[in-house]
Amino acid sequence: MNNNRVVITGLGVVAPNGVGLSDFIEALKQGKSGISFHQELADLKFSCQIGGIPTISDELKSKYFTDLQLRGFNSSGILYGCIAGIDAWKDAGFDSNPDSELDYDTGLIFGTGTSGVEKFREAIYKLDEGQVRRLGSTVVLQTMASGVSAYLSGMLGFGNQVTTNSSACTTGTEAVLMGFERIQNGKAKRMLVGSCSDHGPYVWGGFDAMRVMTYKHNDSPEEASRPMSATASGFVPGSGAGALVLESLESALERGAKIYAEVLGGEVNSGGQRQGGTLTAPNAEAVQRCITKAIQNSGVSSNDINVINGHLTATTKDGLEIENWTKALHRNGGNFPYINSTKSMVGHCLAAAGAIECVASVIQLNEQFVAPNINCEDLHPDIEDIVNREQIPTEKLNLNFDVIAKASFGFGDVNACVVFKKFN
Amino acid sequence: MTKDELIEKLKGIIAPYIQDEAAFANLNEDTDFVKDLKINSANLVDIILDIEDEFDIRLENEDMEKMLDVKSAMAIVNAKLEA
Repeated sequence: MNNNRVVITGLGVVAPNGVGLSDFIEALKQGKSGISFHQELADLKFSCQIGGIPTISDELKSKYFTDLQLRGFNSSGILYGCIAGIDAWKDAGFDSNPDSELDYDTGLIFGTGTSGVEKFREAIYKLDEGQVRRLGSTVVLQTMASGVSAYLSGMLGFGNQVTTNSSACTTGTEAVLMGFERIQNGKAKRMLVGSCSDHGPYVWGGFDAMRVMTYKHNDSPEEASRPMSATASGFVPGSGAGALVLESLESALERGAKIYAEVLGGEVNSGGQRQGGTLTAPNAEAVQRCITKAIQNSGVSSNDINVINGHLTATTKDGLEIENWTKALHRNGGNFPYINSTKSMVGHCLAAAGAIECVASVIQLNEQFVAPNINCEDLHPDIEDIVNREQIPTEKLNLNFDVIAKASFGFGDVNACVVFKKFN
Repeated sequence: MTKDELIEKLKGIIAPYIQDEAAFANLNEDTDFVKDLKINSANLVDIILDIEDEFDIRLENEDMEKMLDVKSAMAIVNAKLEA
C-alpha cells in the first residue's frame, strides 16, 4: 500500500497564555503562565477559584465574526475554535472569503467536549419560564456538539468530510490522527483539525465537585499548575482551542507551502476500564501499548524519540504516566527523552488540551527548543527515581532534535499518541 | 403611527439580518424578506422576536407564517396595535 505522507502547513491557537501563533510561541519560550483568579468562581463557592481563559477583545471578535453572527452569541468554545481554525487556514496560505469556491478536497475534524454551555444555560432558564418560543434561532447551532465544525466549515467553504469528534481530554490529539488517516488514505488533500473547549463555571463545576482541581493556589494562580512537582495538588482548569492544517506532502510541495513538520503516525486506543482502568483512571498496560504502537506505526524506534509532550495534568497520576513512558520506551534515567507539560502554563484545557498541546509540540519541533516546565523546581521524588532531573527542564532549552511524541489520555480510559518529525 | 414611520421602524429592526444592501436601500412595501433581502430564513424568527420587543406585542405562529414581506409585516403589526 502506498500511503500518502502527511505534513503540517498551518497552525492556529487560542490559549490562556497567548492568543495567535506569535504570542503563543513567545509565551512558550518565556514560560508564561495564563492562569488567573476569577471572582465569579469565588462567588459560586468553587474550591478552585482560578483558571485559564484566553483574552479576546470585541475588536478581535469582529475580525472573525459578522455582527449578525455575534447577535445572541454566547459560546466561548465556538469562538475560540473559529479563531484558531481560521488562523491556521490563513497561516497555511489560504484566505477566508464567504464567496470562495466550494473546496471538495478539504475537510474538517474539530472536536469538543460540550458546546455553548452558557448558551444552553440561557436557553434552559427561558424554557423553564415557558418562553420556548423566544429562544431565537441559534440555540441549536451554538449547543450542538458539531457547532464549531458547522460555523468553521461555512466560513471556509469546505466540501470534504466535516465533523466533530469527542473523547474527553484526548479529543484534540485524536482529531489530528483522524485527519491524518483521511489524507493518508487518499480521501482528502487537506484536513483542518483541532479541538476547543468552553471556559467557565458550568464546564468546570463537575471537576471541582470531584476535588480533582487544586484549591491550594487561589492566592498564587501562576504557581498553581504544577505537573510532575512534589507539591502538585490537582489540575487547573483551562479553555481555548488549537488548530492544525494537515496536508498531503504532494499537495504541500505542489503549491510551495511552508511545512512545519511531518506527521509520522500515531495510535488511538482504550483501556476498556479493565486491569486497573476505570472511568477516571487509566489502564497502564493500554497506555503503554498506545505509545508502543504509535512509535511502530510511525516507522521509528523508541530511541528516535527526542522529546515528549506529556499529558501530565498535575494530579497524582503524573508519576504513573512517567512510569508508563519509561516502560513503553524501555528508556529511563538519563536515557529518557526530554519531557514537558504545556499544562504548567495554560492549565488543563480539557477537550482543547490535545490540540493546543499538539500545536505547542509542533512549534517546539519547528523552532528547535524545549519549553520550560514551570512550577516544577520541586520534582516529585517518585519521578526523580526513574528519570533524571535534567530530562525535565525548568528553563527553556535550545535543542537540535528531530522527533517529538505527544500523548493525551482522557476520562473513559481513552488514549491517543501522535509522533511528529522535523521535515527534511 | 404613519405608514412611513412604521416602515422606518421595521427597517431598523431588519437591518442586522439583511444580506443584500442594494435591495435594502430600495426597501418598500413589496420587498420580500427572503427573496429580495436574502435574509436567512432561520433569522425570520429573530426578526419576529425583535418586532415583539419593539412594539410590545405578541406574534403567534400563524402571524409568523404570513410575515414574508414588508407589506404583510406592516398589516400584522397594525392589527396587533389596534387590538
